[in-house]
Amino acid sequence: MTLVDVRDLVKHYAGTRSWFGLGPAQPPVRAVDGVSFSIASGRTLGLVGESGSGKTTVGRTMLRLQEPTAGKVLFAEHDVFALDAARLRALRRRMQIVFQDPYSSLNPRMTVEETLREPLQIHGLHGQVSALLDEVGLDAAFAKRYPHELSGGQRQRVGIARALSVEPQFVVCDEPVSALDVSVQAQVLNLLADLQARRRLTYLFIAHDLAVVRHIADDVAVMYLGKLVERAPAAEIYAQPRHPYTRALLSAIPEPNPRATKRRIVLAGDIPSPAHPPSGCPFHPRCPHPSKSERCRTEPPPLREITPGHLAACHYAAEPM
Amino acid sequence: MTTETPGGGGALLRVRDLKTYFVTEHGKGTARAVDEVSFDLYPGETLGIVGESGCGKTVTSLSILRLIPEPPGHILPGSLIEFEGRNLLALPAPELRAVRGNQIAMIFQEPMTSLNPVFTVGDQIAEAAIIHQHLSRGAARARAIEMLQLVGIPDPGERVDHYPHQLSGGMRQRVMIAMALVCHPKVLIADEPTTALDVTIQAQILELLGRLQKELGMAVLLITHDLGVVAGHADRVVVMYAGRVVETAQTDELFDHPTHPYTEGLLAAVPRIDAPRARLHAIPGQVPAATAWPTGCRFRPRCPYAWDKCLTEPPLLETGTPGHTARCWLVTEPARRQASR
Repeated sequence: MTLVDVRDLVKHYAGTRSWFGLGPAQPPVRAVDGVSFSIASGRTLGLVGESGSGKTTVGRTMLRLQEPTAGKVLFAEHDVFALDAARLRALRRRMQIVFQDPYSSLNPRMTVEETLREPLQIHGLHGQVSALLDEVGLDAAFAKRYPHELSGGQRQRVGIARALSVEPQFVVCDEPVSALDVSVQAQVLNLLADLQARRRLTYLFIAHDLAVVRHIADDVAVMYLGKLVERAPAAEIYAQPRHPYTRALLSAIPEPNPRATKRRIVLAGDIPSPAHPPSGCPFHPRCPHPSKSERCRTEPPPLREITPGHLAACHYAAEPM
Repeated sequence: MTTETPGGGGALLRVRDLKTYFVTEHGKGTARAVDEVSFDLYPGETLGIVGESGCGKTVTSLSILRLIPEPPGHILPGSLIEFEGRNLLALPAPELRAVRGNQIAMIFQEPMTSLNPVFTVGDQIAEAAIIHQHLSRGAARARAIEMLQLVGIPDPGERVDHYPHQLSGGMRQRVMIAMALVCHPKVLIADEPTTALDVTIQAQILELLGRLQKELGMAVLLITHDLGVVAGHADRVVVMYAGRVVETAQTDELFDHPTHPYTEGLLAAVPRIDAPRARLHAIPGQVPAATAWPTGCRFRPRCPYAWDKCLTEPPLLETGTPGHTARCWLVTEPARRQASR
């Protein structure tokens, strides 16, 4: 059953004016430019992209931490963007977020206990702080500590406990492990998987690292310059990526195996600015696909089904690379 | 790949018993960030130094160039950093300056904060050539353009007059590399050169570093937390934990036969794209604070094999097979590994 349904989500940021606000307006930054997907209850969608792809903006706009430019988000049949403040607040209890940086997302002047109690009070709930700490693998003694007394991994556990305190159904995990060392990253990924199984949570797992996503996601969506370029069940996308960008991303991951002999696709050039996206297919200036043609420069490829359940936005997705 | 074994002659850079300590504020004691670190770097090779945050890898690299702020830091007497037969720690300042940035150069993790925002990239690349090679301004500018070309920046004649803020992250890291290589150093220290970059840009920069190393024949000290980067680019690897070297081996050997339980745990904790979805192996606990390393073996509180000996006797770097050393009692008592499985 679908829990979250995102339809044609658009978020543009107004361009700044040069000359202290007196100059001509710059074109808007098209951070998210028509993104659609749905997540079934209890599943994890991995949303992958490089910096500037718009993946974080998708997560925040879905929860209305930012107002959308256009589009629709349905959460358990509720139209999130149409709710008034009181109803939105009630719904927020059911959808939470874990932020990337556990250093800046905890209030340095609040103890762990105060941080965890605040959402309970706001929503009038009677949760146990000690039970929450236990659930995320922290000793009850941590309740009295301040964030600066905790390591990165411990802070992220507090961030997870805070999100879980109001018993949500859906959690946006925005790069929850990218600031952590590899041994601690594994601890937190395992914790997120355990919590999902125990509480039947639904995750949107946002990450830049396809290898991390491999270990948590059921389905994977890849973003490039504000658009989804590929979407498929996880096993499928790793075994048979269809979009040349996904192929390049997968091949660029440094494998911890000195004998790895995979063919590396090194993309030329930088990611263009989302204020000046290229015409046609946004990936065409960097695309290594041998069939690349004039059509890519002029005609934006739609996200279309290549094989059942596997979508890619490339005119030549069905051809070998 | 080098065939020489550590400890023999011919090393370009020899680090012996390096100890770099920091005096902490509020009297919390001395942080022994780097504690008796030894390794060799041979001409033309890439030596990877791997470890997680707080293991001392960056302090090691800064110590080599004597870039440790004193106070609060100090390199203890008895430490040796020998480059071409001279102890860099004993060199007077002018002689040190003739080595630093000239024969040993460094690139840093954060290209935005290590470039000066008020000078053009051309000026910043030319500076080292003017100082060390006494080039005229015109010749240095021509050299800067040549370097930008070498590191693969399009339109180098135009880019030379750009300021850092006009460049993307990947371009800035290319400029950093151009700056470091302008004097054709014998040793390049690359401290997390790709950590701040996106994965497709990382692939570009690593490919570039590999190509330049071949062309210029320099030795590279590649400092990283990423075992994937090491696997693809280092000839030999030094694994650091809690201020110490815990394992050294040829790269293939290290990945095939990790000996130290920390190396073993780290390799098992890395998410892999070729593995099926499964729980990851996590190392319990976290890196202890540098002011209070555990007694005995410093990895003992997190080690699945530890026994009473590990609590009382700090292990030495023991040689298992030639060229492969590990700081663990399992090297001398391998039966213990099977017993606790």
